[in-house]
Amino acid sequence: MDVLYFAWVRERIGLPREQVESQATTVAELIEELRGREERYALAFSDLTALRVAVDQELTDFDAPLQGAREVAFFPPMTGG
Amino acid sequence: MRVLVQEAPFDLAEETARFAKGEGGSGAIVTFTGVVRDNGAGTLSAMEIEHYPGMTEKALCEIAEQAMARFELQDALVIHRYGRLVPGEQIMMVASAARHRRSAFEAAEFLMDYLKSRAPFWKREITAEGEAWVAAKDEDEAALERW
Repeated sequence: MDVLYFAWVRERIGLPREQVESQATTVAELIEELRGREERYALAFSDLTALRVAVDQELTDFDAPLQGAREVAFFPPMTGG
Repeated sequence: MRVLVQEAPFDLAEETARFAKGEGGSGAIVTFTGVVRDNGAGTLSAMEIEHYPGMTEKALCEIAEQAMARFELQDALVIHRYGRLVPGEQIMMVASAARHRRSAFEAAEFLMDYLKSRAPFWKREITAEGEAWVAAKDEDEAALERW
């Protein structure tokens, strides 16, 4: 699946998007896998209360399932308007 | 209903006139425009707005559709810019057309409340001292409870 990062999450990880091969069945499991990769991921995902997630461009929760998901995006709370 | 996500400036007078021409049955048209405000210290040189192409359009359409149904609008318009903007520039506008004033005002507030914390935009302030992401405010999240 494609994993996208926005705003300071993108800056901390150093990438706007990447292709991730994962067996994770939920967003929370995917986060655990990413955290285990490198320090920059652990840092970006250190405080989940500061993060939001969208699966296939729909806002959702960290316990959301990933079956069939093509795109998962992580970002801070939005500041539009 | 019209939703635009664009880098280019928009002409407020032109957009408002076009919107107002659309519907004969509307007795009330409300427009709101957001403008890049200088920070307290007067040192803001620019505001950079990042967004999530694809999701942004989808989220704004869903919010506008909800407003259309909930307030029985005749029409709704949302324009939101991204990219680098300087103080005084227009960031976004919403417009609502309803049969009566109360619905039109409430719909404009609903659109604003939702697009502030449910549309994937992130603002970054560029000042003489450096750059910083604008943090979301608890009151913006709390504003959704009203609806």
